[in-house]
Amino acid sequence: MTQHNALAGPAIQEHPRTLAGRIVKVLNRTPIHIALAIIGLVWLAPTIGLLVTSFRPRSDIQATGWWETLSTLRFTAENYSAVLGAQGMLQAFINNLIISIPSTLLPLTIASMAAYAFSWVKFPFRDGLFLIVVALLMVPAQVAFIPVLNLFKPLGWTQGYIAIWLVHTAFALPFGIFLLRNFFITLPRDLIEAARIDGSSDIGIFRTIVVPLSVPAIAAYGIFQFLWVWNDLLMALVFVQKNTNYPMTLAIQSLLSQYGTEWHLLAAGAFLLMVVPLLVFFSLQRYFVQGLLAGSVK
Amino acid sequence: MSFEPLELAKDQVAIGKKSGKRPNVSAERTNWPAALIFSAPAVILLIVFLVYPTIYTIGLAFNRGRQGAFTEWVGLNNFVQLFTNDPSFINFKTFPPSGAIWNNILWIIFYTGFVLGLGLLVATLASRVRYEAVIKGIVFLPMAIAATALAVIWKFVYAPDANTGLLNAILGVIHVGPISWLGDTAFVNAALIAAGVWASVGFATVILSAALKGIPTEVLEAARTDGANERQIFFRIILPMVSLPMSVLAVTLIVNVIKLFDLIFVMTGGGPGTSSRVIAFTFYQDGLSSGQFGKAAAVALVMLIVLIPVMIFNIRRFRQAAVV
Repeated sequence: MTQHNALAGPAIQEHPRTLAGRIVKVLNRTPIHIALAIIGLVWLAPTIGLLVTSFRPRSDIQATGWWETLSTLRFTAENYSAVLGAQGMLQAFINNLIISIPSTLLPLTIASMAAYAFSWVKFPFRDGLFLIVVALLMVPAQVAFIPVLNLFKPLGWTQGYIAIWLVHTAFALPFGIFLLRNFFITLPRDLIEAARIDGSSDIGIFRTIVVPLSVPAIAAYGIFQFLWVWNDLLMALVFVQKNTNYPMTLAIQSLLSQYGTEWHLLAAGAFLLMVVPLLVFFSLQRYFVQGLLAGSVK
Repeated sequence: MSFEPLELAKDQVAIGKKSGKRPNVSAERTNWPAALIFSAPAVILLIVFLVYPTIYTIGLAFNRGRQGAFTEWVGLNNFVQLFTNDPSFINFKTFPPSGAIWNNILWIIFYTGFVLGLGLLVATLASRVRYEAVIKGIVFLPMAIAATALAVIWKFVYAPDANTGLLNAILGVIHVGPISWLGDTAFVNAALIAAGVWASVGFATVILSAALKGIPTEVLEAARTDGANERQIFFRIILPMVSLPMSVLAVTLIVNVIKLFDLIFVMTGGGPGTSSRVIAFTFYQDGLSSGQFGKAAAVALVMLIVLIPVMIFNIRRFRQAAVV
């Protein structure tokens, strides 16, 4: 009997051999199935409603609710072409890529290097410094905004992408160093010491042993950071001050303030923002959940 | 090269100190070039963008802070103004109190409570069926979605027009409403918290589900053999055994609440009036975007102070784990 079944109920209920036994088992579970069906519905309906709406013609949206789509069955891609073109969502989508890719790769590289130093290079006050990193995990980004803006203003960096790359990178480091260091120290000591004795440099050990063995942890952190940056509004609001550089979150926010009830535009815009995270989620779910478990419970 | 003797000397000191603890330490030399190359980029970024700004902001909280610079020392005035003279931040004159801080407290109580409760419920129910992974996937999905998109999804559900908003359409069936969920001060915080709960239950479900799977089969079977019923098993065995992940989760959720901004900003803009504001919203709206940098710094410092116990909790937990 598996652990999974142990939670499910008394062992007697497992594998009923008669038809009556099976029916009893199904009936016993009926309240559970109903409860789970309701939960599934509550968690799917809002998103599906918006997805359906994003493909309905504007006039239909204004006349009837999305749950009545079955009676009209008219779909259009016009809403998407409207937000992508006239509303500038295509440029915003490109801006998201321009912002997110360096803001993922930079902290990934810098945090793995620092995590290596904190786990396999010996230097004084190493563990004390690491505790400071753990403390920095909790510093709210707001604390940094004013001085960092002061720093960027004379350089004009908030008019380009440099400001947002730098702040995303810096604020991702405490979590990245924490997560990766805790993974790196679990690597077998013998392996690394053997490489040292064979004359490998630290850079060699890092590149040929530590990084290849830590792909799951690095991938989990990378996915997390990418989604975090892709979905971020606050940092972009403060550090991207040129509208042609706006990511999609800011573009949708300004759509909302301009056309609060134009749901054909808002629904399509929101789905364009969601499509990449959903693809990442479905294709890399394993790493995603691993990272979540490692980051919060361990 | 000229540093080498010095390095060796330090090595020996370090070895002398630690050799009792770590037998293999001789292979782990104090390697200054490596330590610098590997840690310098991170350390520099952390100092420039986290450590220095934190110290600067702490100072600025006691200053007028025009243009974000140190212009005029005002002592505790920014805090006095915030706590006694800004009803949108905290207002004790009404009952119950109102304002951003109060809303954060409401969020902490109801958001954390419902996310933990529903997370445990979904994890427990899902573990009893074959389609467990599907249910967990559905509930977890909002975790991947931007708060901005969540805000659009829920603004749509809450739309006051019963021909648009799902919730008012459902209420219309039983002849109630329509209710302006986000436009009525009586409902706006409950509506926002419900959206927040919906977005976070999956996180709790995944973590608690992993904790449930970690309960040894023998313990549960032994209890059943001894005649414990399902209710006793839940309260006497399952609940105590998931209490540690529950408390860690609760801390994470509370931190989420303190940093909460995007959802409020996009869904209500703190409104109607200032009724749905939270601390991070006040920071942005009253401090940063209206140029009152001393006030903004004071609000940021309040956020930091609230998070310091969490910081200490994390460090303690980490040190305990390191000792064990």
